[in-house]
Amino acid sequence: MYIIKILFRNALRHKLRTTLTVVGVIIAVLAFGLLRTVITTWYMSVEASAANRLWTRNSVSLILPLPIAYKDKIRQIEGVRSVSHITWFGGIYIDEKNFFAQFAVEPQTYMEAFPEYYIPPEQKAAMLRDRKGAVAGRKLAQRYGWKLGNVITLKGTIYPGTWEFTLRGIYEGTRKDADETVFFFHWDYLNETLKKTAKGMEDQVGSFIVITKNLEDVTGVVQRIDNSFKNSLAETLTETEKAFVLGFISMTDAIITAIEFVSFVVIAIILAVVANTMAMTARERIGEYAILKTLGFGWFKIAGLIFGESLVISVMGCALGIGLTFPIADVFGAAMGQYFPAFNVTLETIYMDIATSIIVGLLAAIIPCWHAIKTPVAGGLRRIG
Amino acid sequence: MERKNPIVQIKHVSKSYRRGSQIVPVLNDITVDINEGEFLALMGPSGSGKSTLLNLIAGIDRVDSGSILVDGVEITGLVETELANWRANHVGFVFQFYNLIPVLTAFENVELPLLLTRLTRKERKKHVEIALAAVNLSHRLAHYPAQLSGGEQQRVAIARAVVTDPTILVADEPTGDLDRKSAEEIMDLMDGLNRELGKTIIMVTHDPRAAQKAYVIRHLDKGVLNDVHHQNSV
Ligand SMILES: Nc1ncnc2c1ncn2[C@@H]1O[C@H](COP(=O)(O)OP(=O)(O)OP(=O)(O)O)[C@@H](O)[C@H]1O
Ligand SMILES: [Mg+2]
Repeated sequence: MYIIKILFRNALRHKLRTTLTVVGVIIAVLAFGLLRTVITTWYMSVEASAANRLWTRNSVSLILPLPIAYKDKIRQIEGVRSVSHITWFGGIYIDEKNFFAQFAVEPQTYMEAFPEYYIPPEQKAAMLRDRKGAVAGRKLAQRYGWKLGNVITLKGTIYPGTWEFTLRGIYEGTRKDADETVFFFHWDYLNETLKKTAKGMEDQVGSFIVITKNLEDVTGVVQRIDNSFKNSLAETLTETEKAFVLGFISMTDAIITAIEFVSFVVIAIILAVVANTMAMTARERIGEYAILKTLGFGWFKIAGLIFGESLVISVMGCALGIGLTFPIADVFGAAMGQYFPAFNVTLETIYMDIATSIIVGLLAAIIPCWHAIKTPVAGGLRRIG
Repeated sequence: MERKNPIVQIKHVSKSYRRGSQIVPVLNDITVDINEGEFLALMGPSGSGKSTLLNLIAGIDRVDSGSILVDGVEITGLVETELANWRANHVGFVFQFYNLIPVLTAFENVELPLLLTRLTRKERKKHVEIALAAVNLSHRLAHYPAQLSGGEQQRVAIARAVVTDPTILVADEPTGDLDRKSAEEIMDLMDGLNRELGKTIIMVTHDPRAAQKAYVIRHLDKGVLNDVHHQNSV
């Protein structure tokens, strides 16, 4: 009780120094929190993937297509419940910097395959009726101020021409981590246009999305699909969605590793800052610690004072930093929405903030504490005056 | 009346400090008894080892050889934690520079040594109030050291030193940093503690005026303790 009073008052003694140190901790916690959130957001798409959803793609490369004729063949394979497909469109909306994912899909089966996206039934029906209809994620529609019925024009890059769509639906993620920035439309519309304008590009899709009948037989289904296309013109590679997403992420693995590294560098720097403050503080107080020792206070009480003060600084900074992390992550997420579909600070990141700030507080106090305890009482008293 | 019961027994105590590779002898085979209820003034030139001797008696420094007994306890044989406990219960300290904790009020500073006792909060409060009343500072309880004059701070320090009712009171140049009037007040207080409450006081001082209040004066010179001057015998 008393010790807590002393260490709080001590921490506030050098207001400027304490403030600067706390601000340092706040910035570090913020930086750490945002960097960790970038990382967790990245991996969240893996977590979000469904276990009974398989992705079948061209075994040579993710960017090579597969013939649409495979669809019926896959559907007949034992253990398959339904098949949908998805094709990357990669058009430009007004300007190149307006990046968002666009897919040509088979809307009926696609919406069934992804139950985590919710579209109001009347919008769904409108979408299915309109061959040139399109559906956008809530966040995406918000970003560009799209309303139902708006005509959205994309300039093709892979597929030549200018493409017009009418917005028929806006979907919402039923889970917090759902990606609400996707734009999709009828593959039929794409395909029929290609038949007229780009002979040779038609009747092809990017990947098939296969839903298995049950979870137990997933590996069997994977094998049966790939086996049935062995030695055909386009061999397939089927993966569970988790593996598929991980494969995609591994391309950006180096960046993630770098970000991860930087997030720990931030901690190392703040440890140095807090340790420096504590070293200065404890050096100034050697005399006071000597008085307390003279009065009969044991080493653990002295240690309590030093560790306590260090923790007050690091935990105070951490608390304020966490408080600021949420609004700043919101702003950051809104600004970077196209790259990070669901930029949410996880509880785990907060726990890491708290744990590291406590560890930093403790580590920063070790050497000053050791000095204070080691200094003989009489020697400490001689420093006063 | 002279009490002949030795409360501090110093036997063949030597102490030297190491300065780099050099060994600086400070105290050389000191043997002396200090009686219960005695008010001893320790004088001598600067660097003669007065503070060193006082610190040894108070258990905040270690002898090289010899032994010190206080009230029958051989403090030279105690380990660090035992010594800390012993100090908390048996020694009151007054320093030249008051050495109050700046972030604590006068009241809290005096309460500090009581935190190491079993006293309840209420009992502590009572003890602190009595101690501060004894040094005429009842009206300054909530003041911080920086808000007090040097003399007042030293009175708080005396209250802190006596609040646990220690066996001995040690003071290292308690008036060294004070003007004459404040110094006199402090000496009157010490005198009162000795005469009225029978406290054994060991005080280092340079100030002959301060030493007048004591009734035994010893001179320390070149590590050797010289003869006793009795004065003021009651
Ligand atoms: N911790 C220490 N380390 C090294 N030398 C010390 C230490 N403490 C005291 N000394 C030396 O021991 C000698 C005696 O010191 P001490 O403080 O006891 O003298 P003093 O009589 O109290 O002097 P003053 O009147 O100036 O206070 C001095 O030469 C001092 O430099
Ligand atoms: Mg001295």
